[in-house]
Amino acid sequence: MRPALRRWVFLAGAAGLVAFYLWGLSGLPGFGNYPGPYGPAILRIAVAQTHATGVVSAVNFEYRGFDTVGEEFILFTAAAGTAIVLRMLRGERERPPADEARDRDVPPTSGAVRTVALMFTGPVVVAGWWLASHAQANPSGGFQGGVVLATAFILIYLAGEFLTFRRLSPTAIADAVEAAGAGGFAAIGLAAVCLGLPYLDNFLPLGQIPGAVSSSGTIALISFFVGLEVAAAFILIVSELLEQTLLIRHGGG
Amino acid sequence: MSAAVVTPYTVPAGLMDTLQVTVLVLVAAGAAAVVLTRRLVRQVLVLGAYGIMLAVLFLTFQAPDVTLSALTVGAVALPIIVLLAASKTRKKEE
Repeated sequence: MRPALRRWVFLAGAAGLVAFYLWGLSGLPGFGNYPGPYGPAILRIAVAQTHATGVVSAVNFEYRGFDTVGEEFILFTAAAGTAIVLRMLRGERERPPADEARDRDVPPTSGAVRTVALMFTGPVVVAGWWLASHAQANPSGGFQGGVVLATAFILIYLAGEFLTFRRLSPTAIADAVEAAGAGGFAAIGLAAVCLGLPYLDNFLPLGQIPGAVSSSGTIALISFFVGLEVAAAFILIVSELLEQTLLIRHGGG
Repeated sequence: MSAAVVTPYTVPAGLMDTLQVTVLVLVAAGAAAVVLTRRLVRQVLVLGAYGIMLAVLFLTFQAPDVTLSALTVGAVALPIIVLLAASKTRKKEE
């Protein structure tokens, strides 16, 4: 196709897209206008019913808990898939990076990067733990907390401590924690079934004070398990990629 | 629309609109910047900055939960994974 003709085809297509897009936009409900009955209903009953002041968490882990189990296993499957795709293949072998150039020293990590990374590690762990354990109280949750927790391990790697990173997060332990997190979520649901309640029904005491750390029964517990699962899954994915990059070489040589 | 509730955090309506429009424009510009950056490592840095912008967008639209998710995924997880994947594929090309 000649360039001129191609441009005309593109312009016609783009004009059609713009027209349809504007037509679609013109039919949208007004900005900030939510016509559904679900949101107002949840807002009215959620805090009294679940004792969770983090209403988003109440929706995620209680009212729509079943959806969240599915999402949980999406991440679980993704981590498992990464581990399978990046496993050591026949014809590949592990070799420490020092072998690549025996006569050259690995450039040391700069003092500034080390200091900043190690300085942030502690606060990041606290922040992640706080996020994962306060889903019932305020806008936070196991997912965000888990990623932040995993970031602490990545900071340790950034500080030039790949071996410490590997020692702190051996694949076997990360695997077990990930499985425990994902399985724990499903098990909480099954525990409710064992008590003769619907799957994922909130069977734990809700606590006296709405929004307290100990309130909201299974919501807090599920968020905690989600935090474990997400942190472990993320560490697994990153360490698989790091090992691929740093240790595994092609060929037997 | 529910009736306006006045709290100590209430800002004049026009001001909030201005903020939201500004952040929307910034996000659009950021997205374009990510696509237009050619060098991969630099693109990852721009991607991280874009992730933070997206998080600010959600914050101005009063969705702090989504802000936290966007922050962790867009500014932390995604750039790291892209960087690692890029470094692995580059090794293969050698």
